[in-house]
Amino acid sequence: MNRYLVEIRIVPREGLLDPEGKAVQNALRSLEFTGVEDVRVGRLLRLELAGATPEEVRARAEDMCRRLLANPVTEDYEIDLENIS
Amino acid sequence: MTSRTSVELRVAVVTFPGSNCDHDCYRAAKDVLGAEAYFVWHRERDLREPDIVILPGGFSYGDYLRAGAIARFSPVMEAVRRFAENGGLVLGTCNGFQVLCEAGLLPGALVRNASLRFIARWVRLRVENADTPFTSAYRQGQVLRMPIAHGEGNYVADPATLERLEAERRVVFRYCDAEGRVTEEANPNGSLHGIAGIVNEAGNVLGLMPHPERAVEALLGSTDGVGMFESMRAHLRAAVAPAGDSQEAPAAAPAGRR
Repeated sequence: MNRYLVEIRIVPREGLLDPEGKAVQNALRSLEFTGVEDVRVGRLLRLELAGATPEEVRARAEDMCRRLLANPVTEDYEIDLENIS
Repeated sequence: MTSRTSVELRVAVVTFPGSNCDHDCYRAAKDVLGAEAYFVWHRERDLREPDIVILPGGFSYGDYLRAGAIARFSPVMEAVRRFAENGGLVLGTCNGFQVLCEAGLLPGALVRNASLRFIARWVRLRVENADTPFTSAYRQGQVLRMPIAHGEGNYVADPATLERLEAERRVVFRYCDAEGRVTEEANPNGSLHGIAGIVNEAGNVLGLMPHPERAVEALLGSTDGVGMFESMRAHLRAAVAPAGDSQEAPAAAPAGRR
C-alpha cells in the first residue's frame, strides 16, 4: 500500500456566470491591479488516500468527484496526486 | 379503495440536521390544511405511509460543500426517492429544492445569488402552470406574494434542459413584479428565465425557492401559500375518490399508497 496526497480543484464550469469570481475581479480592479481579465473562485480539497497504484487512487478520486465533491451541472474538477509514502 | 377525509391526509415533514422551516411546514400542514402531520428524522428509512412529503428549508449539514449536497445521502432520501418514483407528491421549499436538485429528482442546480447576498424579503411570483397537483387552486398567471430567504437560489441549467423545461411547461413559478411582468428587476437572485420553481417530468415533485409555508395566515403577511396545500389535497382526494363519487376517472395513480 502507498499513501498518496490527492489535490482536487473544483471550479465553476466554463461559461457559467461566477458571481463570486466577478466580485473578486471588481475588488482587485478597485485596488488598481491592472490586467485582471477573469477570476473564477472554486475550492481545493486535499485528501490523503491509501492505495496500490496511482491509477486506482485517481479512479477512486474521480468517483468521489462525480458522486459528491463536484456538482456535475455547475462545476468542473481537476485531480493531482503525489506519492507521499 | 376507501374514501378518506382530510383528517386522514398524512404529511411527512423531513427534518435534516440544520433544517429550520420544518415546524413552519408542520404547522401549515396540520393547522391550516387540517392534515395529520408528523416529522421524519433524516436517519429514518421509513416515511410511514405519507400522502405528501415535504423537504423543508434551512441549512442542512450547514450547507457544507454545496447547499443540499450532503443531505441527499441521508438514509431517508432513499425512501423519498422511492416515494417520488411511485408518484407520491413531494414538495421541496428553499433548501428542500436544493436537496431535490442535488439528489437528481429535479434537473439543474441552485448556485450563489448573483448579488452574493443572502436575501430575506417578500417577492412576487407568477403562476406559470396552474395545471399541476401543486397549483390547481390558483389561476394561470395569478400573481402570488411569498417570502424568500436564501443565499443560493440562483437557478441554472444547461440550455437543452432549460428548453425542455419551458417546452414541457415545467416552469411552475417565475419571479415577477406586482403587475405580473417578469423583469430583471423583479428577479431577486439571477435565476435563468426568472425561474422560482419547477416540477419533474411526471409532475409530482415540485421544488421552489420561496416559502409557501410562511404565507398561510394573515398574521404572517400573506395567505397566498394556502393554495399550494389546498391544491395537493384536491389532487389526492380526486385520486382516491370511489368510482361512484365522480364522473371523472382519476388522472393520476393514488399517490404514494403502497
